[in-house]
Amino acid sequence: MRRALAAVALVLWALPVLAVQPGEMLADPALEARARALSQMLRCPVCQGENIDDSNAAVARDLRLMLRERLVAGDSDQEALDYLVYGVVGEFAGFGEGILMQPPARGLNLILWGAPPALLLTGLGFAITARRRARPAKDELNAEEQARLEEILRS
Amino acid sequence: MITEFGHFALILGLGVALVQMILPAVGAWRGWRSWMRVAEPAALAQLLLVGAAFLALTVAFVADDFSLRIVFANSHTTKPLLYKIAGVWGNHEGSMLLWLTILTLFGVAAAVFGGGLPLRLRALVLSVQASIGVAFYLFILFTSNPFLRLAEPPLNGQDMNPLLQDPGLAFHPPFLYLGYVGLSMAFSFAVAALLEGRVDAAWARWVRPWTLAAWIFLTIGIALGSWWAYYELGWGGFWFWDPVENASFMPWLLATALLHSAIVAEKREALKSWTILLAILAFSFSLIGTFLVRSDLITSVHSFASDPTRGAAILVILAIFLGGSLTLYAARAGTMEARGAFAVVSRESALVLNNILLAVSAAVILVGTLWPAIASMVWGRDLSVGPPFFNKAFTPFMVTLALILPFGAMLAWKRGNLARVARALIVPAIFALAVGGLAFALQTGRGALGPVGMALGVWLVGGAKYDLWTRAGHQPARLFRLPRADWGRAIAHGGLGVSIIGIACLTAWTKEIVTTVPLGGTFDLGQYQVELVGIARERGPNYVADRAEMTVRKDGRTIATLWPEKRFYTIAGMPTTEAAIRTGALGDIYLVIGDAQPDESYAVRGYVKPFTLWIWLGAGMMALGGAFSLSDRRLRVAAGAARTADAKVAAE
Repeated sequence: MRRALAAVALVLWALPVLAVQPGEMLADPALEARARALSQMLRCPVCQGENIDDSNAAVARDLRLMLRERLVAGDSDQEALDYLVYGVVGEFAGFGEGILMQPPARGLNLILWGAPPALLLTGLGFAITARRRARPAKDELNAEEQARLEEILRS
Repeated sequence: MITEFGHFALILGLGVALVQMILPAVGAWRGWRSWMRVAEPAALAQLLLVGAAFLALTVAFVADDFSLRIVFANSHTTKPLLYKIAGVWGNHEGSMLLWLTILTLFGVAAAVFGGGLPLRLRALVLSVQASIGVAFYLFILFTSNPFLRLAEPPLNGQDMNPLLQDPGLAFHPPFLYLGYVGLSMAFSFAVAALLEGRVDAAWARWVRPWTLAAWIFLTIGIALGSWWAYYELGWGGFWFWDPVENASFMPWLLATALLHSAIVAEKREALKSWTILLAILAFSFSLIGTFLVRSDLITSVHSFASDPTRGAAILVILAIFLGGSLTLYAARAGTMEARGAFAVVSRESALVLNNILLAVSAAVILVGTLWPAIASMVWGRDLSVGPPFFNKAFTPFMVTLALILPFGAMLAWKRGNLARVARALIVPAIFALAVGGLAFALQTGRGALGPVGMALGVWLVGGAKYDLWTRAGHQPARLFRLPRADWGRAIAHGGLGVSIIGIACLTAWTKEIVTTVPLGGTFDLGQYQVELVGIARERGPNYVADRAEMTVRKDGRTIATLWPEKRFYTIAGMPTTEAAIRTGALGDIYLVIGDAQPDESYAVRGYVKPFTLWIWLGAGMMALGGAFSLSDRRLRVAAGAARTADAKVAAE
């Protein structure tokens, strides 16, 4: 039983545990640095919220290699991302906008990108109107408090 | 047998919770004191019953009772004892039971420490608390019952996810839940105050210790979670803006806002209605957080569909509590008149700004977290919102907050003098700019993140120091006679600065190397040389590991020997990496061992991560500051003062 377990373990041992592998890396440090930076912007399509650099999935490895191929071929950062996202007509379908860690700022996604300043303005506006509406404070006591004060003073 | 006893105790608990929900509320409404008094013994009975149920489940896990479905799915005979116990809450059903256990614990705490509260308020608080309990009893019993048996008990279990078999993550959920559930106290107080139609300084003083305690637990819980991510996931990140993390971070931001607005409500009787709203929202976000994590509502839309009853139940519970409390708020908020007016330049205004920044940043995180779900539901698009968005959207709020914080902490109530505060803060400001400039000059890149983070951190720590120094009238002897709340504030604010330094340095200046190295070979890691001495196969209780020995040298001198591991959990069938970390005050050395390569060498990853420890040191300081404030005389005296108010009611 023990030996069988060990055998299973050895087979499964080959599962990649590290994310980006030394063998995948480009010799040119400048290109490799660009590849690493772009990898942070790409989500592994089969895992939740992991970028392709950190992911152990096979498809993440494919993406890392394709990204480096494009960079070596002389693509700009944006061109390389566009290739992976939208593909080339008739050649490669692309992985879709879902692999971008941040949605492109156009169309309805502008709502998302506009949310932080819009919410901040709403908050500030809310505070300013609340302040304007607030009546000047009456520093005198109300009837109940007056009664309580007298009670305290009597005791 | 013990399992059935626990199951039965849980059902009895539901009965008691129903009694505790209805009788005291009716009593408070009709003015029947004996009915109101039912609340406290009921709270105690609930704790005993739910505690028994929790204990029964723990016994089942420790005794490897695989006839229980969740024990089978989450445990194994070879699993270490610590993780058998942690396994109780390492799954959806058990974690819901832990939630309920903590809820009843807080109920008893409210009954015990609430001795000074007016009887009516206490009865209403415990009744609202019980109503939350009822929702959870029903949810557990009908959709997530941990006590279900398997018809044919298997011989052994399936083991727990190996990533969860770790001390950091074993204690992460209990702390997080102590925080989430602690906020239910603030919620119950808010709803009770709305029902009573009365919010005053005394109310704010009663609600503050509960919020503070919840906030401390939440801080520790989040810090534990991010520490775990740092050392366990194998690439040294500490925060991933994952929906699960966001779910705990949003309640923390709102609880932080609530903590500050409650001070204004207590000391100045302003912002009362906003404080109530925050208390409602903070707990609602805790509910959302609890459910999001355990139901996979957002990370995977599929599991939501696969168990429609659970998902629907979650939505109903949220609708009842959020909808109900907000309706009540809308009806009653108008009756709360603000008393204390304040000038534009005043501590009140600074705290309003603090609240806007914290609440808006929480809202931004909510929008970002929900956006993929919205996009897929509304126009069928598959989108991701990840760290690049959150870093851009969230950081400006925190930078602004850090900039204004030292001013706010030192401004006077009602009408402050900005020029005077600015003069007092000139030294920390100059010091912060100098440190930022020095960092900019010394770093290799042109990035702003590191220097700005350093400057902000120093500004906060220096500001906290000058806050104390000014308050002590520049006399060292007086420093130790300051109220503990002053110390608490300074320590917590300084802690934020320490955390900011850690986060900025780690993000900006991490050195990384990914390479292959043969046995006996050496590679350079920044200023260090690392040698791979050897690799040995080791056998753990429920895993086998390849354990590498690596020595770290600097200028020929050995400074550390580290043993990174690659584990394979045989039953769960999952590999994990166990990074080896040499923790230092100024930075960590972080080593990961990878696979053997075809040419007999090994893949390795090494990092030098500056000031990483400071992230959690700062979080610890924040929690410690909270504890100092909690032990302040004012809060303890408040409890005593309230007793006379109760005596007055009794005399009527």
